[in-house]
Amino acid sequence: MTKTLRVKSSEYIDETNRISFKFNGKTYHGFKGDTLASALLANDVHLVGRSFKYHRPRGIMTSGSEEPNAIVQVNPGTNRTEPNVRATEVEIYEGLEASSQNCWPSVEFDIGGINNFLSPFFPAGFYYKTFMWPASFWEKYEFFIRHSAGLGKSPTSSDPDIYDHRNIHCDVLVVGAGISGILAAKIAAKKNFKTLLVDEKNELGGSTIFENNEFNKIDNKTPSEWLKKEIEELKNIKNLEIKTRTSVAAYHQYNYLLARENLTDHLEAKDKTNKIRQRLLKIRAKKVILATGALERPLIFNNNDRPGIMLSSAVKKYSEFYGVACGSKNVFFTNNDSAYESALSLYNKGINVEAIIDIREQSESKIVKKVKEAGIKIYWSHSIVDTAGYKRLNSVSIMQLSNDGSSVTGSKISISCDCLGIAGGWTPAVHLYTQSGSKLKFDEEKKVFVPNQNTSEQISVGSCGGDFKIDEIIKNLNHKLKDTLNIKGTDLDNIKVEIDQENSKRNIWLLPSDKPLGKTKPFVDYQNDATAKDIKLALREGFRSIEHVKRYTTTGMGTDQGKLGNMHALGIIADTAGVKMGELGTTTFRPPYTPLTFGTIVGRNVGKFFDIFRRTSMNDWHVENKAEFENVGQWKRAWYYPINGETMHQAVQRESKAARESAGILDASTLGKIDIQGSDASEFLNRVYTNAWSKLAIGKCRYGLMLNEDGMVYDDGVTTRLGENHYIMTTTTGGAANVLGKLEDYLQTEWPELDVYLTSVTDHYATVSLCGPNSKKILKKIILDLDLSDENFPHMSFKESKIGNIQCRIMRISFTGEHSYEINVQASYGKDLWEKCMEAGQEFNITPYGTETMHLLRAEKGFIIVGQDTDGTMTPIDLQMDWIVSKKKYDFIGKRSLYRSDTMREDRKQLVGLLTDDPNIVLEEGAQIVSELNQSPVEMLGHVTSSYFSPNLKKSIALAVVRGGKDMMGKKLFVPMENKNINVTVASPVFYDEKNERLNA
Amino acid sequence: MFLINCPYCGERDQQEFKAGGEAHIERPKQPTELSDDEWAEYLFMRKNIKGVQFERWNHAHGCRKWFNMVRDTSNDEIKAIYKMGEKPPAQ
Ligand SMILES: [Zn+2]
Repeated sequence: MTKTLRVKSSEYIDETNRISFKFNGKTYHGFKGDTLASALLANDVHLVGRSFKYHRPRGIMTSGSEEPNAIVQVNPGTNRTEPNVRATEVEIYEGLEASSQNCWPSVEFDIGGINNFLSPFFPAGFYYKTFMWPASFWEKYEFFIRHSAGLGKSPTSSDPDIYDHRNIHCDVLVVGAGISGILAAKIAAKKNFKTLLVDEKNELGGSTIFENNEFNKIDNKTPSEWLKKEIEELKNIKNLEIKTRTSVAAYHQYNYLLARENLTDHLEAKDKTNKIRQRLLKIRAKKVILATGALERPLIFNNNDRPGIMLSSAVKKYSEFYGVACGSKNVFFTNNDSAYESALSLYNKGINVEAIIDIREQSESKIVKKVKEAGIKIYWSHSIVDTAGYKRLNSVSIMQLSNDGSSVTGSKISISCDCLGIAGGWTPAVHLYTQSGSKLKFDEEKKVFVPNQNTSEQISVGSCGGDFKIDEIIKNLNHKLKDTLNIKGTDLDNIKVEIDQENSKRNIWLLPSDKPLGKTKPFVDYQNDATAKDIKLALREGFRSIEHVKRYTTTGMGTDQGKLGNMHALGIIADTAGVKMGELGTTTFRPPYTPLTFGTIVGRNVGKFFDIFRRTSMNDWHVENKAEFENVGQWKRAWYYPINGETMHQAVQRESKAARESAGILDASTLGKIDIQGSDASEFLNRVYTNAWSKLAIGKCRYGLMLNEDGMVYDDGVTTRLGENHYIMTTTTGGAANVLGKLEDYLQTEWPELDVYLTSVTDHYATVSLCGPNSKKILKKIILDLDLSDENFPHMSFKESKIGNIQCRIMRISFTGEHSYEINVQASYGKDLWEKCMEAGQEFNITPYGTETMHLLRAEKGFIIVGQDTDGTMTPIDLQMDWIVSKKKYDFIGKRSLYRSDTMREDRKQLVGLLTDDPNIVLEEGAQIVSELNQSPVEMLGHVTSSYFSPNLKKSIALAVVRGGKDMMGKKLFVPMENKNINVTVASPVFYDEKNERLNA
Repeated sequence: MFLINCPYCGERDQQEFKAGGEAHIERPKQPTELSDDEWAEYLFMRKNIKGVQFERWNHAHGCRKWFNMVRDTSNDEIKAIYKMGEKPPAQ
């Protein structure tokens, strides 16, 4: 039977709007304005999960995004399910379902809880130490670990929601809408700075909005009253955009921040449809004002993790903001005055506060006096040494603290309670600050890390900047704002602030118990079940760096990144190792501050792979004619054209035969094309290619090989001289962009004196390659007015002409070894040209062929493909292409490297042909080549780079790179495969028409 | 993600740029005169400084121009940007 602990109507809770929701299958009720956590607490539900390692029962610990325990699966079993959501951040709506994680079969009875009783056997590094041995047992261990571990389940069906990205540019970004953030945003906007204010909560005001210390006053009003008036005024300010439910996840250099804006998570399912769920804001801010506040610290004592043990500030927020009492018998445990505010909040609503246990000797502030007057028992100089209650706290045991705080004395007192609020002081939320690259320093007096060196235009104001008292906050805020915004008078100049006197706190990182440390469980990281004992063990075992201790103990490595306990971990290490905390440094806070959904990260870029497809202008024809396509870079290229259910092999054999016997047609539009102009164009080509270009006549074409400065082949292609100072270069399809980039680099940085202009014209031309013994007859049928005789239009030359009305550039060049033409037209005429060629070629059985046949045909001729037969380690000499390397030229890119001792080695891998002894066996590309079979280990001489069954030669052919292969002509080698060894013979890489007679056929 | 002030286009997002390694390494005018070691020095040896480094950058998805940048690699602060051929600022 659940009881309701709703104690008072709150202006943030709409009691007329009753909402039902399910938690672990059971129906509960809450009100509009509740979070899942506040609604569960109102129903007296504290037990919400099991811890990661020991499966200990855990309850709601906080009221915000720092929550380590209340991690739930939202809407389980639906396509909107989401794991690892903090119950403290889920706003309830009608129909919400949530369930606990990391428990089986249920949170009430969890089989993994047995780990808790075995815990002496689960020390730090347990997994590393235990499951390492014996190695063969790993699979069994893994099964066990995976079954019992795991945080939540990812959805199995596709996400129904829409996500979005938005770029925002602003003068001032204010992160956090507590009192500091609101005042900063207001002042900035009023001074005409374009300002954006974001806060992760759904209401503005931070913790000041439920501040209840009556001894603090701003302009004679309570801070909460005063702030509400300020918030009201924000509505009328221009230049100010406010985004609630917006959490900044990452703060990168140059004030570039990523934030997640949550738009529909708080809505009922019916209202979520067709709306943007979350939006990733990409914010570029001229100045950033961090007002991220502070997180309350827990205290580290024995069994400090039972359901019912919460942060004191959370108890106050649930009481003041949500109107919920977290227990009916409350105790507070503190080292400072803030727990007294929480105690009074409950007391004022008629809720029982049993006692306050304070590790300090005394405090003289007005609020402490008020608590005394209320008759609440205060135990000064006492500490909690143990707690009891398995699924819910039922009592705490306290003892007198020794003067030095290292031990406890006297007799043990037990206090019965169902809720314990713990207050260990405040830690500035500097996570985003450090993400930006800025550096912290340790304030030994306040025991906090505070901003020190800013790397970008930013300030930290309020408690994240180390100011905790309202008078300090307003004074420093005013000063910092004037400074950073370069403004004079502000609204804050004449504000009158009164504050309660605050006594300093007493800081003890690890509180003593009457039992030795080995027998206690003081949790430092709740989510990862790391205790103070684990940290000390790590230090004993020799770990010193905070980063190593973190990884060894897993402290701070949960989904909450240890927001609560990191400071204590540092403190315990510092105390144990006898070093100052400032010297220890902190671990790195990495983005995201709170987890992001994948949907938010990808935004609209869902569905098909978000990369550009490039298609030629003949693409529709290829599709209509059932071509199969392959990706070459971003291009979709026709691969082969199967007819009547042909396999790829059958189609390629047919296409290859047809191209040599009559006529073939290839879409070569994807080849890179660079237009080169300028009075130094010839000199430029001389420097970038290995061969000489100055004497190339206008109207002639030449093949060129381009090297990297290290002498390795980089690209190849045919370049044509169109005019005195005008060339057109072709590059490989995949290399086009890189070649242009490289050439631009040399022109701009090494040879700025050259008068050369480069323009990419790849997309401007469509190219049809017409090849085979009948190609000339076909071209003759469609070309107007051009003498195609070998005398007028020989191999490696260029003509301009017209086909129909289409102006075209025709190069008589060949990549197949056949008589062939590359016809270039303005891209939009590509399909028209293709169809004209097809029509004219019909009587010659013209056969369209794709890239696979092109590869086969060139392999028959031993022509290389850069990137297939080369891999960035092949020089032209390795490729047996010495003929293309000019001996006369003084310099070209890569020339000097060809004479390095390494590139001149005789035993480099060199390109050769391979013939299989059995002509029907086709080698696998990539297969290794050896010279010995009965030797182990065997030296691998090289590998197969290209391999095909040649229908024209009626045998298998291959290109390969083989160590010292040049001198191995005729040598028998072996290609060992899984089930057999294939006998091969080294041959010339030119298999077909060695004398190039077919070019002029 | 930093903002880079292209000397030809103005401030643009880092995504538009390509880093091109260490700056002010001039290609030898007479490579054939160099020993293997001297050539290797030019070809392979690059500094990778933690701190202030002189670098080449290219506005690859913009004006395609190369320029120089002085960047502190420890915090990505861009200290200066200047055109190719211009003298580096005194440090
Ligand atoms: Zn530019």
